[in-house]
Amino acid sequence: MQNLRYARQNETVGTTTETGQDGGPNTIMQAQTDVAEPAPMPGDTSNTREIAIDARKISKIYRGEDEVRALDNVSVRIRRNEFFTLLGPSGCGKTTLLRVIAGFEPPTSGQLWLNGKDISRLPPNKRPVNTVFQNYALFPHMSVANNIKFGLEMLGKPKAEINQTVEEMLTLVQMQAMKARRTSEISGGQQQRVALARALAPKPEVLLLDEPLSALDLKLRKEMQMELKRLQHETGITFIFVTHDQEEALTMSDRIAVMSAGKILQIGSPQEIYQRPAERFVANFIGESNFLDARLSGGSVTLKAGGTFPVENPANVADGDVSVLLRPEHAFLSDAEDALPARVETVVYSGEATSMHTRLEQSGEPVKLRLANAPTGSGMPEEGAQVRIGIQPGALSVLKD
Amino acid sequence: MAYVTPESEALPLDAPAEPGALEAEHSSRDVRQRWFLSLPSILIIFFFAAGPLSVMLLYSFLTPGNYSGVKWEFSTDAWSSILMQRDIFDDTLQWADAHLSIFWRSLSLSMITTALTLIFGLPTAWFISTRPPGRRELWLFLMTVPSWTNLLVRTIAVQEMIRAEGVINNVLVFVGIVDEPVQMMFTNFAIGLGMTYVYLPLMVLPIYAAVEKLDKRLLEACYDLYASRWQAFYRVILPLVKPGIIAGSILVFVPCLGAYVVPRVLGGGKNLMFGNLIELQFGAGRNWPLGASLSFTLMVIVMVALIFYIRVTSQERKDG
Ligand SMILES: Nc1ncnc2c1ncn2[C@@H]1O[C@H](COP(=O)(O)OP(=O)(O)OP(=O)(O)O)[C@@H](O)[C@H]1O
Ligand SMILES: [Mg+2]
Repeated sequence: MQNLRYARQNETVGTTTETGQDGGPNTIMQAQTDVAEPAPMPGDTSNTREIAIDARKISKIYRGEDEVRALDNVSVRIRRNEFFTLLGPSGCGKTTLLRVIAGFEPPTSGQLWLNGKDISRLPPNKRPVNTVFQNYALFPHMSVANNIKFGLEMLGKPKAEINQTVEEMLTLVQMQAMKARRTSEISGGQQQRVALARALAPKPEVLLLDEPLSALDLKLRKEMQMELKRLQHETGITFIFVTHDQEEALTMSDRIAVMSAGKILQIGSPQEIYQRPAERFVANFIGESNFLDARLSGGSVTLKAGGTFPVENPANVADGDVSVLLRPEHAFLSDAEDALPARVETVVYSGEATSMHTRLEQSGEPVKLRLANAPTGSGMPEEGAQVRIGIQPGALSVLKD
Repeated sequence: MAYVTPESEALPLDAPAEPGALEAEHSSRDVRQRWFLSLPSILIIFFFAAGPLSVMLLYSFLTPGNYSGVKWEFSTDAWSSILMQRDIFDDTLQWADAHLSIFWRSLSLSMITTALTLIFGLPTAWFISTRPPGRRELWLFLMTVPSWTNLLVRTIAVQEMIRAEGVINNVLVFVGIVDEPVQMMFTNFAIGLGMTYVYLPLMVLPIYAAVEKLDKRLLEACYDLYASRWQAFYRVILPLVKPGIIAGSILVFVPCLGAYVVPRVLGGGKNLMFGNLIELQFGAGRNWPLGASLSFTLMVIVMVALIFYIRVTSQERKDG
């Protein structure tokens, strides 16, 4: 573990971006040849060399009064330099997965690999992984600077290097002016930045962030989102970020894993997750959705509401009765012959767009539309009006139920 | 101000005249309230502490009465005889060895007892605070339940354990580790053991209160940042529970210095401590002025020790 850590010690923060390609010290590369190539994961086209975290079939069962399966056979491979987000509702196991990666919870079964080495058995203080805790967990009896210093001191770095790194970190998170303050004497947003600096200072291979922005107000959260992206870019460290805010996940991530009840349902880029969700749960969790009954055959679906359309099938669902997803902004009002007849139920104006709830004539299914507002603001149908709904090409996507 | 309306004249702005005025008003109001509310305790302190102390101070400068009490003649003998005594034969001044050895025994045994209660108490407090919430009360209850009985009873319980025919010696002899009972009664060991047992809860409770408040997630942060268990203890746990350790140490050290019952029962007539020496002057010794001056000496020693202790511990905190 030592050589793994110190292999990177000469790099300064600004120049770490190439670590993803150079592959690290030889010991790791040799260890890698023993590794059996795991089967490729969905949404993952990278080769083993670029993988930072490789979680293999990890389960975590809490045995209390009743058994809780917090992680259920989770496999995920996270690339180096990736901004990877775990997204899911409360209690789905996001924190548990982070704690397993950090080493605070031993998995009930499964293995955890980091840069081609099995770290399942390493205690947390031997893993080159740092955490930004949800509550920050700053040391209240130390100054800002001493908090940042802590990890470096524990690693036994030379004094000069420690001081230099601390200064760099203070600059990075723009906290130089407050380095002598106690952590109880700074604001929530500043605490968050100190927590970040403290976790980044030892230059970990992987940084874990457990809902670090949830305690901040909206404006500060937006600022910090940008700042996090910048830091991730500048340091070249792999970020594993937990949130249950779908917008945050979509704007910040390279890839997103959507979790539910201890399982990872889908891994993909923000676009893939949003436009081609594999499951109804994923579609529902991210953005607004219309679900339409249809019959799938070959590459197209025949809607219960009428009409046959070409369709995307990301989960390779077999032909037969299926649900398809239609995002509200991918439907529009149309005069075309093949558009679906519907009746307007409610119209809600919301500034840049208007939301329209309609019911399809033929199937009785509700469909929500999101229509961009024209500058003149006229031309929207009244409630109860008879309309026809068109579907943008490529908008429909089959869901696994 | 051409447009002042009648309403705005009727409602003058209530803003403070100058910066800081509101704050000053606020804090002065605060202080006044505190004075008022603490009046009863100030009275109690005056009548039951300051009053008797003044009497004692007065007595310490008087001459012992023939049977007890004092004669109203000024004398500094009580003060000088704390450290010095006049030789019965040649009338020269000598160090009062008996007193000095008692002072030394009191001081060293108190420090050792404080250290022992800390060594036993810190892990105990940690253990209790890491139990599931429902169990903690049970452990605390078990910890404090002996304190509900009389101090004398508890001291005699220790005596029962360590006396020649006591539990420990019986077991040792029976198992064959020793041939004859080990003499434990009437030694410094007996006093130290007794005081450690008696005062342990006074150490555990304040440390427990501090450990309880300690955010256990800070420990995870420690391990996450590569600290070993020892480093986590030394760099984070210890500084954060230090207020509890300081409080516990004071709570144990101070009554130890003035301990009376425990050394009386377990130390016997030879191994006196400060408290016994004072008692002796008011009883068999019939030297009230010396008793009074000794009491003041004890108070001064406690104060000096506390000031020194707090200086040292707060110095470290500034460094850390
Ligand atoms: N120490 C524990 N003992 C028992 N069950 C636990 C423990 N920690 C977590 N769980 C359970 O495991 C499941 C996953 O919890 P986890 O904290 O990982 O959720 P999460 O996705 O982080 O949720 P949130 O968004 O609310 O933080 C939950 O059902 C939770 O109740
Ligand atoms: Mg969580």
